[in-house]
Amino acid sequence: MYLTSYLALAAILFCIGLYGVLTKRNAVMLLFSVELMLNAVNLNLVAFSRLGFFPNIEGQIFTFFTITVAAAEAAVGLAILIALYRKKETAEADQYNSLKG
Amino acid sequence: MNAEFFAFSLFSVFAIGGAVFFLNAIRVMHMALSLAFTFFSLAGIYLLLQAEFLAVVQVLVYAGGISILMIFGIMLTKPEESGASKSFQLHQWLSLIVVTGFFLVIMLIIYQNPIFAPTVKVYSPSVQSIGTTLFKDYAIPFELASILLLVALIGAIVLARKEQK
Repeated sequence: MYLTSYLALAAILFCIGLYGVLTKRNAVMLLFSVELMLNAVNLNLVAFSRLGFFPNIEGQIFTFFTITVAAAEAAVGLAILIALYRKKETAEADQYNSLKG
Repeated sequence: MNAEFFAFSLFSVFAIGGAVFFLNAIRVMHMALSLAFTFFSLAGIYLLLQAEFLAVVQVLVYAGGISILMIFGIMLTKPEESGASKSFQLHQWLSLIVVTGFFLVIMLIIYQNPIFAPTVKVYSPSVQSIGTTLFKDYAIPFELASILLLVALIGAIVLARKEQK
């Protein structure tokens, strides 16, 4: 398999995630569209780690840290979302129009 | 080569189909399941790339953890089906055009760049070398990641806790 196939797959997944971020109104869906985009980036890193110009282990190591940060981001984002939901009684992202708690 | 191509096609179709279904599903539980399916297919792609340990981590963290987190988020927030999302609105068309343009630019770059041409040497690391590199060269980032996870754990509890009067 060529590197370009993996990169193209990652690009498609990233664009689907980007479209979700731009169009979804539910904040939970926004959060998980971002996760999809992060997954596409991880796929790029792993593909370059095996088939890149300088194949190297660093790509996989970097992916571990990306997964860690993505998991932490999802947990904290969901916690913020639940706190906001308790305050505003809605999960629609365009209803969150005030920073004041 | 042939079997690898077949497996790659299968997994990529599954991954893209799951992602598209995630965006278009009407019921939110179907969205969560299709996203988990996408994450599973990506684990299969990692297996094709000889990253076995990463594939297991992907199944554990994404297909296991993040999907459950998403189901929790859906159940705790009670998403209402808004009628506005039924019709295709102006900003959705605009987003579609922007995303398509972005996608075409990326594809052009990928298929025109000589760096991405097929390479002769292929690197297949073992799980042992991953561990060695992680704990020798990346020991400090590893510890920082553990601190980050602890901070995220405490922060999530503090944020989501009910405030006492």
